[in-house]
Amino acid sequence: MFRQASKFLLARSSAATMRWRCPFSTDLPVETAVDSKFVDAWKQSIPNLEPPKTPSAYMKPRPPTPSTIPSKLTVNLALPYNSLVSAKEVDMIIVPATTGQMGVLPGHVATIAELKPGVLSVHDGNEVTKYFLSSGFAFVHANSVADIIAVEATPLDQIDQTLVQKGLAEFTQKLSSASSDEEKAEAQIGVDVHSALNAALTG
Amino acid sequence: MASYAAVPFWRAAGMTYITYSNLCANLVRQCLKEPYRSEALTREKVHFSASKWVDGKPQKPIIRSDTGEE
Repeated sequence: MFRQASKFLLARSSAATMRWRCPFSTDLPVETAVDSKFVDAWKQSIPNLEPPKTPSAYMKPRPPTPSTIPSKLTVNLALPYNSLVSAKEVDMIIVPATTGQMGVLPGHVATIAELKPGVLSVHDGNEVTKYFLSSGFAFVHANSVADIIAVEATPLDQIDQTLVQKGLAEFTQKLSSASSDEEKAEAQIGVDVHSALNAALTG
Repeated sequence: MASYAAVPFWRAAGMTYITYSNLCANLVRQCLKEPYRSEALTREKVHFSASKWVDGKPQKPIIRSDTGEE
């Protein structure tokens, strides 16, 4: 399921980072990796055919980190079936990492964060857009591009408050009556997700 | 930053990340408002057929389908 997400990401991040690519005379171009031993062995045994390209030959080299911090952060929010935010230039985002709410500004150090169920808020000038994420990962790259991938994400107004409270009550009850480890874990996950949903709706 | 010993509670209970993530997504989908909820639940439907192979021949396939075939 995350395989699909990377299709959206690759197209988006290369379009966004085109702007930041300023060639300096001191920068060496990054060589796409070619395995010379393999190519030589191929040419010896099959001289008539072109050696096949390996996946790394098709990969674009990593975009260079710009020397000045960009003024805007480029955000991509991708789900397995849809891309909710693609290449949007914003001022700041706050992601619900497992280690706590993490604010990401342009020029943030490159980070990979695992996300817990919670609210992603995208701040652009005065407008704030919030999405509830079920869980996923956030990748912040050195060139101020933030890629967030989640399995399920919804704007807050699509969440039904009564269902959330019913679910919370149900899972709290399951947690207290759970016996085996798996049941406890599932009930705990239910309680976590529903309390996060509740906090998102009321906070 | 977390030490190797500190695993999340679901992993300690034997669950993998994929199972955890899918479970969270399922719970979120159950809490959506009506038109979104039915669309979201169709996304969870799975249909597959898997068969083990013995001596180069496929055995009886296991078919798992939520699409309600008649």
